[in-house]
Amino acid sequence: MLDNPQKPLVSVRDLKMHFPIYAGLFRRRVGEVKAVDGISFDVMEGETLGLVGESGCGKSTAGRSVLRLYDITSGQIEIDGRQIGDTPQNQLRGMRPTMQMVFQDPQASLNPRMTVEAIIREPLDEHTTLTPTEKRDKVAELMDAVGLNRKFAGRYPHAFSGGQRQRIGIARALALNPKFIVCDEPIAALDVSIQAQVVNLLEDLQEKYGLTYLFISHDLSMVRHIATRVAVMYLGKVVELADRETLFADPQHPYTQALLSAVPEPDPSLARKTERIILQGDVPSPSKPPKGCNFCTRCPAAMDICKTGEPEYREIAPGRFAACHLHNPT
Amino acid sequence: MPDGTTPVLDVQDLKTVFRTRGGEVHAVNDVSFSLRKGELLGVVGESGSGKSVTMMSLLGLLPVPPAEIRGGRVMFDGQDLLQIPAKTLREVRGGKIGFVFQDPMTSLNPVFTVGYQIAEPLRKHMGLSKKAAAVRSRELLELVGIPDAEQRLLDYPHQFSGGMRQRVMIAIALACDPQVLIADEPTTALDVTIQAQILELMKELRDKLGMAVIWITHDLGVIAGIADRVMVMYGGQVVEHAPVHDLFSNPKHPYTTALLKTIPSIAGERAARLTVIDGQPPLVVGPPTACPFRDRCAQAMPVCATKVPSRYDVGDGHDAACFLVDPLEVAHAG
Repeated sequence: MLDNPQKPLVSVRDLKMHFPIYAGLFRRRVGEVKAVDGISFDVMEGETLGLVGESGCGKSTAGRSVLRLYDITSGQIEIDGRQIGDTPQNQLRGMRPTMQMVFQDPQASLNPRMTVEAIIREPLDEHTTLTPTEKRDKVAELMDAVGLNRKFAGRYPHAFSGGQRQRIGIARALALNPKFIVCDEPIAALDVSIQAQVVNLLEDLQEKYGLTYLFISHDLSMVRHIATRVAVMYLGKVVELADRETLFADPQHPYTQALLSAVPEPDPSLARKTERIILQGDVPSPSKPPKGCNFCTRCPAAMDICKTGEPEYREIAPGRFAACHLHNPT
Repeated sequence: MPDGTTPVLDVQDLKTVFRTRGGEVHAVNDVSFSLRKGELLGVVGESGSGKSVTMMSLLGLLPVPPAEIRGGRVMFDGQDLLQIPAKTLREVRGGKIGFVFQDPMTSLNPVFTVGYQIAEPLRKHMGLSKKAAAVRSRELLELVGIPDAEQRLLDYPHQFSGGMRQRVMIAIALACDPQVLIADEPTTALDVTIQAQILELMKELRDKLGMAVIWITHDLGVIAGIADRVMVMYGGQVVEHAPVHDLFSNPKHPYTTALLKTIPSIAGERAARLTVIDGQPPLVVGPPTACPFRDRCAQAMPVCATKVPSRYDVGDGHDAACFLVDPLEVAHAG
C-alpha cells in the first residue's frame, strides 16, 4: 500500500490450509482438499476487509484459519504484531481476547442450555479476574451496546428471534474488548429486513470501539455497503483485491466481472437492460483443481497460457491486486 | 407473455390455519390472486409471511392436521382444487401443475437414478411406456441444459452438483408439459453465478413452452429480473400487488417501500447507512384484527389497529392493502 499511511493489524502471507482425504481399508491418505491454497492479504487497522466468493471457495476456512481455529498447513499470520502461524494451541489461548469471531448460524453457535447472561459472561470467566458484580455490570453494558434489553439476561436463546440471537453472538465476541473480529456470514441466516439492523449495529460498534473486521459474505451488495476493501476468492485463492469503489466500478479479473454481473439488481428496468456474463459449468472440486489457472475451465477469456501456467498474484496498480494472465506485463 | 385472457389459475380468499398448542396460527389470510397463461408472477416475502404455505395449500400438500384450509376457492382447469377428491388432485399435481422446491439437495430421492425420477411422472401421468419415457427424459435433460444427457440419466443425485440438481428438479416439474409451474425459492440455495444460469434457463423455457410460472422468493433482485407481476406478502396477507415496473418505481405499501430501501444496491449510489425496518416480523396467532405491519410502520394511524385493511385498487392492476390508499380514509383525512 504505497499511498496508505495506515498500518496493517492483520497480515497474512501465503496461507495454506489443506485437509487430508483418507480412503480405503487402511485409511491411507489419498489426497487433499486444498480449501485455502496460498492467500496473502493485509487488514488495516480500523478497516473492514470484505471476503467474498461462492460456496466452497474457501472463504470461511480462510477466516477460521486466520484466527488459528485450524492448525494451518503453512503460511504466516501476524495479528497485532505477533506471529501466530505456528504457535501451539495452548499458547494461543492467551492471545484469544484480541481476536474474536461472529458465526453464521446464531441457532447453532449459542448453547441452548445457557442463559444469555451466561453466554456473554463465559469469555469473562475464562480470561479475566473480575468479581461477579463487575462481570454482571459488564454483561449489562454489553447488552446495551448491542441493543438487547437488560431484562432478558436470564432468558435462554430459544426465546429470541434470529436477529436478536445474532446480537447475543456479537455481544459475546465483544466481551473481551477485541481488536479484530472475523464475521463469518453474520447475516446470511437472517431475513432481509433484519439484515440491515445487524449490519448497522456492526458499523456502529466499529466506530465506537475502533474494531477491525474481516467480513466474510457471499452477498456482494451487502459487502459493497460495509467493506473498505474487498478480496474475491475462487477455489482457494484470492483472485482479486482492491478497495471497494474500484473493485465494483472496474473489476479486472474475469471471475470478478462475472460474479458482479450475476448479482440480481433490484430494479426492473436496469435488470433487463444489462448484459449478464453467464458462466458455464460449475466450480471444480478443490481436491482436483485444474492445471494452470483455477478459473480456466469457466473463464470466457481463457488463453493457452491459462491452461498451463498458474497466474501470479501481483499488484497491477497501486493498492490493486489480481491473479490473471491478462494482467501480466509479459 | 401475458395475453390478458382468462386466468389459468384463480385463487380467491384462501385461508389456512395451523392448530398448535399455543393457539391457532393464521398463516394465510384471505389470499387472492390469479395467473394468466404465459405469465410470471413473483411472490415476495420474508420467512413466515405465508408465501410457501399459500402454494402448498392450493395443491393440498400440507399435512392435515395440524394444517386446515378454512376457506377459499382455487379454480384451475374448470374445477376447484380444494373440493376435488385426493385422487383427482394427485393427477393435477406433477401433471398439469409442476412444483420445484427450494432445496435441490433434499428433494430428490438419493436411492433412485435421475432417469428413473424423471420418468416416474411421465409413466404415472401420461401413461408412457418405459422406452418412450426414457426418450422423453433425455429430451428433458437436454432442454434444461445438462450435457451428455443420455449418460447422466443413469447417474444418482449425489453425482450432480447443486445447480445441476436444480436443473433436474426443473426437468421433473416440466415432464408432463404443465400449464402452471410453481417454483418455491428455486435459486435460494444456489450461488449467484449458478443462480444466473437458472434464471436465464427459466426465462427461455417460459418463452419456449408458454407456461405460467409462480416464482416464490425473498430476493427482490431476482424478482426485478424475471417477473411480470409481483405480489408482496406480509404476515399471511397480500399487502401489495402490482406489475413489476410499477412496484419498483411506485410502491404504495409502507412495507414494500421500506423493503426496497433496506437492500443495498450493487450499482447505484452507496448509502452511508442502511435504512432499517425496526422490530420483528409478526407471528399471527388468532385471526387478524388489524394491519399486520402496523407495529413496524412509520406511517401507522389509529385506524390501523382497529381493522384489517382490504386491498384497495390504485389503478393499472396495482393494489395495496393499506389505509393510506383507502379512498375513504384519504377523503376523511382531506
